[in-house]
Amino acid sequence: MSRFRLPKGGRIDRARPISFRFDGKSYGGFVGDTLASALIANGVHLVGRSFKYHRPRGIMTAGADEMNALVGVGADQTRYTPNMRATLVELYHGLVAESQNRWPSLGFDVGAVNDFLSPFFPAGFYYKTFMWPKPAWKQLYEPVIRAAAGLGKAPTASDADRYMQCYAHCDVLVVGAGPAGLAAALAAAETGARVILCDEQREFGGSLLASDTDTAIDGLSAIEWVAKAVEALARHENVTLLTRTTAFGYYPHNFLGLIERVTDHVAQPDPALPRERLWQVRAKEVVLATGALERPLVFPENDRPGVMLADAARTYAARYAARPGTRAVIATAHDEAYRAALTLKQAGVQIAAIADMRPQAEGEWPAAARAAGIEVMTGTAITGTRGRMRVSGATLARIKGDGTAEKGEQFACDLVLMSGGFTPSVHLFSQSKGKLIYDEGLKAFVPGASPERNRSAGACAGETGLHATLESGYAAGEGAVRAAGFGGGLSGRSLTVTEKISAGGGFAGAVPHGRNPSFVKAFVDFQNDSTSKDIKLATREGFLSVEHVKRYTTTGMATDQGKTSNMNMLGILSDTLGKPIPEIGITTFRPPYTPVTFGAFAGMSRGELFDPARRTAIHDWAAEQGAAFEDVSLWKRAHYFPQAGEDMHAAVNRECKAVRESVGVFDASTLGKIEVVGPDAAEFMNRMYINAWTKLEPGRCRYGVMCREDGFVMDDGVVGRIAADRFHVTTTTGGAPAVLNMMEDYLQTEWPDLNVWLTSTTEQWAVIAVQGPNARKVLEPLVGDIDLSAAAMPHMSVREGHICGVQTRLFRVSFTGELGFEVNVPADYGRAVWEAIWASARRFDAVAYGTETMHVLRAEKGFIIVGQETDGTATPDDVGLTWAIGKLKKDFVGKRSLARAQMSNPQRKQLVGLLSLDNRSVLEEGAQIVANPNEPVPMAMIGHVTSSYWSSVLGHPIALAMVKGGRVRLGDTLHVPMPGKTLQVKVVEPVFFDKEGARLND
Amino acid sequence: MTEFLGTELSGTEFSGANLANARTGALDRFAGAASALVVTPGDPATRFIFRGGKAAQAAMGDAFGIALPVQSCRAATGQSRAALWLGPDEWLLTGEDGQAETLFAALESALAGVPHSLVDISHRNISILLSGPKAAAALNTACPLDLALESFPVGMCTRTVFGKAEVLIWRTGDTLFHLETWRSFGPYIWGLLSLAQREYGAL
Repeated sequence: MSRFRLPKGGRIDRARPISFRFDGKSYGGFVGDTLASALIANGVHLVGRSFKYHRPRGIMTAGADEMNALVGVGADQTRYTPNMRATLVELYHGLVAESQNRWPSLGFDVGAVNDFLSPFFPAGFYYKTFMWPKPAWKQLYEPVIRAAAGLGKAPTASDADRYMQCYAHCDVLVVGAGPAGLAAALAAAETGARVILCDEQREFGGSLLASDTDTAIDGLSAIEWVAKAVEALARHENVTLLTRTTAFGYYPHNFLGLIERVTDHVAQPDPALPRERLWQVRAKEVVLATGALERPLVFPENDRPGVMLADAARTYAARYAARPGTRAVIATAHDEAYRAALTLKQAGVQIAAIADMRPQAEGEWPAAARAAGIEVMTGTAITGTRGRMRVSGATLARIKGDGTAEKGEQFACDLVLMSGGFTPSVHLFSQSKGKLIYDEGLKAFVPGASPERNRSAGACAGETGLHATLESGYAAGEGAVRAAGFGGGLSGRSLTVTEKISAGGGFAGAVPHGRNPSFVKAFVDFQNDSTSKDIKLATREGFLSVEHVKRYTTTGMATDQGKTSNMNMLGILSDTLGKPIPEIGITTFRPPYTPVTFGAFAGMSRGELFDPARRTAIHDWAAEQGAAFEDVSLWKRAHYFPQAGEDMHAAVNRECKAVRESVGVFDASTLGKIEVVGPDAAEFMNRMYINAWTKLEPGRCRYGVMCREDGFVMDDGVVGRIAADRFHVTTTTGGAPAVLNMMEDYLQTEWPDLNVWLTSTTEQWAVIAVQGPNARKVLEPLVGDIDLSAAAMPHMSVREGHICGVQTRLFRVSFTGELGFEVNVPADYGRAVWEAIWASARRFDAVAYGTETMHVLRAEKGFIIVGQETDGTATPDDVGLTWAIGKLKKDFVGKRSLARAQMSNPQRKQLVGLLSLDNRSVLEEGAQIVANPNEPVPMAMIGHVTSSYWSSVLGHPIALAMVKGGRVRLGDTLHVPMPGKTLQVKVVEPVFFDKEGARLND
Repeated sequence: MTEFLGTELSGTEFSGANLANARTGALDRFAGAASALVVTPGDPATRFIFRGGKAAQAAMGDAFGIALPVQSCRAATGQSRAALWLGPDEWLLTGEDGQAETLFAALESALAGVPHSLVDISHRNISILLSGPKAAAALNTACPLDLALESFPVGMCTRTVFGKAEVLIWRTGDTLFHLETWRSFGPYIWGLLSLAQREYGAL
């Protein structure tokens, strides 16, 4: 076993050894290790290169705040995740990880030349350097900067894993399962309330997992107490325990996002389980027990591998039985570093010295360190380190009376530990829009009031010491569960805790070093490589607001979002600007607390399930015939039915001709349908549509047009009057939900006195359009109880009866200009009736046709499509529908707007037909139309092409267009400028085929 | 079916077959699955949307045989029929399959003269049945409602969302849910539930 692995102790399972690979080399570890702890136990500290200067970097923390040890994990691209914190990656057998941002290797990295060129990369260098020449930005600077920047590489293959999501509700959500969180959950759970407890670690316990051996809670060791607490919680049916689960976002109304890593820690995951699960939790009350993060000290060369946070080093020894080095120099401004010194000394690490910036250190912890024979130097700062791939020495210097440092003394070491005190983790609290209050004693912000129903407990509330932390946890749990409406079952607790009292301490800012500031780098934000020098430069250049300094220097803007850098940045600003920290303020905390995978957010919305794919009852038949489909809103519609060797144009030409010459069958099921029923149905229709409905007899149909209140066309469709008090309304496919919503809106808010009700029947009916001269002959043998003759059933009529024994509403309507019927049958019968009609139709060389042919046929007749000819600014008159307006009606939606003078301006764009003068050019839909092609650019555009097709029936192209004053331009020649040429078109009436409509009434 | 129709093809002597029993349900192809979390396509049923004021509501209760619930989001059942409150003037009435035409006529004649709206939506909706201790969890993968028994008791029903689809969820037992949706959303919802079943079905 490696000499850096302690022979006993810790939360690792020595009976379960594991082998893993890092940068191609094989290492050993144990179940219970993180990648970071296993690397440390193998003596590996160098794990990455920094973002900007490519400086060698080592593991600095033991948790979510890790800024250096970002690695790529995954054996292949389908399961590769970049930028994972090695401190949170649980080890499993066969894990493959690699370092990032280095080439060709971690030890020898070409990019490290940036470190020597660093005088050229001050804060904001890219704003200053890459300004000229302008075109070089796109072609040269940006591509090079993008290639050089960033850490991990995004995987190139599609993600092979599954991600699930779930919603959950609870009375109390406790975030964090350290001592405060466990106590809060215990207090809340006893009442029977629904409690969710989540923690980012593999096991509950938080800081207690790295507890000192002599710490005791009610006579139990810390680990025993945790086990007992978890066991008690697990006994409650209403308690949900989530390990490996990070609460990353706090949204309004106590809605929190949690990310559960379900199988990332398993070598061979159960295929039934997802990789991750996104929890969306609505909590009545929230207890935040998120702990605190140790602050680094900002001193020169504070970033070498082997420089760590003191409490992280202690955690590696106590929790993971990993010895982070052999000889340590400790620099601190806080008592906790003494605790680390004692633990590490016990673990066999020689402590060269403790340099404490404070003039005095007389509490229980310093006393214990001195008693253990450790050299304590008060009033002393660390002013630099030596070493390349690993720290080899540190300089310690006395702080003079004026706050500057003397020349220092060298200490050989392979480990430098630092502690600037602790910053409460107020990220979630701040996200809840809670106010933060500056605590001078802690040199940090603590939670104040929040508009949400939450409370903070333990270290994140600024508590120190285990006893106080546990007490505050119990109190928060009790308070939360009472506020959630639960009483009883709660009892006062008296805890006995054996612990040494920490006198606290803390420092925020730059440590004095007395060296030439031009030649030293003291890092504030390790992940974005920003230094104390950068922040001072920013203030000299006039950036005084913390928000501006943050953006200019990018401090706090890396993936760790300033967890370890914010307070030091504020300290430096405070010093430089001579203003106290509370006056400088603090930058905003935004979700997520730690990065969340895209997979988790996408969840199940992937591939086939990205959106509902709506298919009609006849869809499968069309698919079997080889139809090509197009998306129309969420529907899949048959676009055309190609036969062997046909492209779309060939298929559509054939389909169009067949419909005009014989008969075609078309699936119109997606049309929106609304049943309008009640004694006031006709009155309601009068008010909603521009048409008049009162005189429409049952059994007859009318083409209806609907405007919004602004007078512009919103939707259209054929409406059949089934009975005096019942209308069968059809809408466009895409417009159905909006039309029903608008109708309900008017009914509920404007006309609640009307006795009429609406029901969507879009999906009740499968609709089979049979169109063409032979349409009647196709249907006659199938329909017994309806007389289809022209005399008995004229154009625009509807009958109820049966087709092949199936109930039907049979419309005689036409969107093609041919004799046509639309057979409505209950949807489950759609396919069978379609096949019966198809079998009958095939006797007449029928075609099944799709939406493209439908579009061509209706364009030949000049029938508009709402949303194609109209764009939300077309009045009924603009598209030639004045005839549809019920002139005698007192009112309808849009009538008042249509009365405005501008709405009848003769220069409005009007619907016309266009014929290409060359008789063969099919115009481009959307193309602009001009009157004079010789005008200088930009020419006056007087209209645009809305629909354009090749008409196989007519043997030439046809187009519909909206042209200013179009109706008085009939016969004129206009121009359509296209790339490379300008096409000439003649303005004609927008009806190209059977102008008299004789075929309709056949 | 194609074969059956093929025999009918004989030149001009063509007659329509009777297809009264030739329904194809939107979820037919998914039937027959079974596991600890059981998700099954519901049987075809007769379904009406009934809308109207107080007088119509009372008259419909008498005619349908079940007093329509007035408490919001509650269902009343009896004799293989059910009435589900959807809104202050809107109910879903369900009954055994095959009665749509006859029951519709009977109810319309019973309510003659009383302003109301009765619309057959037997084929618009389809149902999916969930049962088992993980049924609520399966629904909560894509439905944001609190489905704990205290918050969503047996007999409660409501329109809500499941993923990107609108659904109606009706709790028919402690671990039984009846889900209704428009037919074209069925396969999408089934697909989402299949993902949930992959994890929960094995428990």
